[in-house]
Amino acid sequence: MSEQTVILFPTSAHVMRAEKLLNKVCVTCRLIPVPRHLSSDCGFCLVVSRHECAKVCALMDDKKVTYDDTAPLD
Amino acid sequence: MMIYLDNAATSWPKAPGVTDAITRFMTDIGANPGRSGHRLSIEAARMVATVREQVAELLGAPDPLHVVFTLNVTHAINVALHSLLRPGNHVVTTSVEHNSMLRPLTALTKNGVEFTAVSCAPDGSLDPASIQAAIRPETVMIALTHASNVLGTRLPINSIGEIAREHGLLMLLDAASTAGCVPIDMMTDNIDLLAFTGHKALLGPTGTGGLILGPRVDPASIRPVFHGGTGSRSATETQPNMLPDLLECGTLNTAGLAGLGAALSWITTQGVNSIQQTCRAHTSALLKRLQANTGVTVYGPRDVGLRTATIAFNINGLSPSHAGQILDERYGILCRVGLHCAPRAHATAGTFPDGSIRFSAGIFTTSDEINAAADAVSCLAQETAQ
Repeated sequence: MSEQTVILFPTSAHVMRAEKLLNKVCVTCRLIPVPRHLSSDCGFCLVVSRHECAKVCALMDDKKVTYDDTAPLD
Repeated sequence: MMIYLDNAATSWPKAPGVTDAITRFMTDIGANPGRSGHRLSIEAARMVATVREQVAELLGAPDPLHVVFTLNVTHAINVALHSLLRPGNHVVTTSVEHNSMLRPLTALTKNGVEFTAVSCAPDGSLDPASIQAAIRPETVMIALTHASNVLGTRLPINSIGEIAREHGLLMLLDAASTAGCVPIDMMTDNIDLLAFTGHKALLGPTGTGGLILGPRVDPASIRPVFHGGTGSRSATETQPNMLPDLLECGTLNTAGLAGLGAALSWITTQGVNSIQQTCRAHTSALLKRLQANTGVTVYGPRDVGLRTATIAFNINGLSPSHAGQILDERYGILCRVGLHCAPRAHATAGTFPDGSIRFSAGIFTTSDEINAAADAVSCLAQETAQ
């Protein structure tokens, strides 16, 4: 199983908001181009550790940061 | 010598750091935000996100993602009106609006939208009760300027916003003349849609501006005017339904936004209240001199607390265009004369169709410049009277 999880967002502005949120709470994340097999979006998405994904999603739900989906980074 | 008193057209000089920020962006980043996934594209997106947050912070917008960047305030007002109004809707506006408001409203009458321009007093002041009286069952919006770009008169937006809320209407505010030099808070000022430009009192470059949507605006009720590339939902041929992309398509003026970000940082450091006080002191000094001159007719409110730094006046017996030419050529005073894209405002003041001279000081205007400008007007008035 992949050790990393991709989080997809509706717009790049949402990615930026999520990145800022995770930086604030010291969760390691990075931005990568959106994998084509996961989405048609042209921009970027967020990658976090698989182990932290649930925590990150809960945090984003709590802070009302909208995201589309999560998927393992192959 | 050159005295720049045309800050109501566009501020000059710009805030410290603006030029450097633009150069830095063009030199070191340059990429398209949200389109590609490489580091420079990400860096550009971070810059845009930061400016979105700065705008939201300065203007009291609750959600930075509801800050939609446009090219200027005219663009923003068009987006707001065309996206939200439907045939049969009625809008209440005022008689001191700029053509940025009146022209799109007039254009929309061909689509079945109606509007009422409530008459302001000759000094531009407005009784909120007259707005209330103009509301009809089919009224959906009150759309008005925060301050007349001709007379400098500030409108009582807070009371008007309360009226909008009581009647379940949206209030669209044209903050072209005030954002950056008058404190604004979308939430406490009851503003639902705020259109701003970056190049006036926000001290940023031309080609920047935006529309901010408050929580009472339902994104589902928006029918976007522009459709196109956003970098999101790229497989579909319809516009994404999420803000800001719903109303923000095509490549942004990223270099301009980098400059705007620097300007917003500078304004935040100075404080809008402090900027307002400085501009008010200049306005007060200039008004006093102009009003004391019997050869000069000054328009707009006498109370400096009710106005911005924009002062409209005429030298009796001299056409505004001729006066403007002499002020430039002989005294090095750069101002704007004529109708200022606001024919109804001039009709309200009684200065249509000739218009007026307009002096607009800015945060970088000096007291010496104010005195020199007043001296020049005195000389010119005296010369004209002889």
